[in-house]
Amino acid sequence: MHIAEGFLPPVHAAAWTVAAAPFVVHGIREIKRTVTEHPESRLLLGAVGAYSFVLSAIKLPSVTGSSSHPTGTGEGSIIFRPPVMAALGSVVLLFQALLLAHGGLTTLGANVMSMAVVGPWAGYGVYRLLRRAPWSVAVFFGVAVSDLATYVTTATQLGLAFPDPASGFFGAWARFLGLFAVTQVPLAVVEGLVGVLLMNALRTWAGPELRRLGFGRDRNEDPSLGAKHA
Amino acid sequence: MPKKTVNLLLVLATIAVFIVALVIGVQKGEFGGTDSAATEQIQASDPGYKPWFEPLWNQPGGEVESGLFALQAALGAGILGFALGVFRERRKHLGDSAPGEKPVAPGNS
Repeated sequence: MHIAEGFLPPVHAAAWTVAAAPFVVHGIREIKRTVTEHPESRLLLGAVGAYSFVLSAIKLPSVTGSSSHPTGTGEGSIIFRPPVMAALGSVVLLFQALLLAHGGLTTLGANVMSMAVVGPWAGYGVYRLLRRAPWSVAVFFGVAVSDLATYVTTATQLGLAFPDPASGFFGAWARFLGLFAVTQVPLAVVEGLVGVLLMNALRTWAGPELRRLGFGRDRNEDPSLGAKHA
Repeated sequence: MPKKTVNLLLVLATIAVFIVALVIGVQKGEFGGTDSAATEQIQASDPGYKPWFEPLWNQPGGEVESGLFALQAALGAGILGFALGVFRERRKHLGDSAPGEKPVAPGNS
């Protein structure tokens, strides 16, 4: 989902940077607040950040004959809420822009918007909407949607920057969607399945941290998560 | 269903999706990255567009690049594994209560 360095016209690059910046600043403040109020959640915070770090490094082959990577941002946004992932996802993207020449500094704003803002919020929204569904179903769809929404956003950004001469934005959008979103569908499914595995493990082992963060309260669940599901 | 069975099924399903994607994909292409495919698409539809900024640093060769990707994955996996290991051991020794927290009785809400 990285838009390559220099591949957004300056006006678009600037606009996405301006749009993404407040989310990142808010995210950094949310991390500070979370760590102050719940110092015990630091290890969990490291775990979800590290998870996104691993997943976005793994390029997987897909049905379209091209390869792409998962984002790993859905799990963190379900546990810590999306603003925290805006900050953590930006760290991942900055690392890749500077050391791997994947993405770039001029396109960082657009990439942060898709992977660290829209993806986490879309996934979190779906997770909350499915609060009456079985918990693992809600996690699966939340995580999968956060992955897919990231790539739909990238396609939208490119469609806006490079509208088709004949068919305009929608023509270009359809082409970029065919490229990004179709490739991403099986990867989103894989990420959803692995996401349920990770959350199962955290629920069993990190019950105290999750309880203190208020995790699961909105689902009318037994707050003693770990005890119940051991 | 016991939790262990569910987790095993999740792993199997993940592998199955992966294999299906690989088998179908193999007939369609070389598994190049979608990032560069998008770049090519832009250059095809908009031949006049010139990237106006270059990466500050480009890895000298594909080997260095794959090494750095491996480093990224290893750093992430190391931290994640450490955290999960700490959580797991703590649960083993302290049950479902963190230090400084009142012990939680099962089913207590």
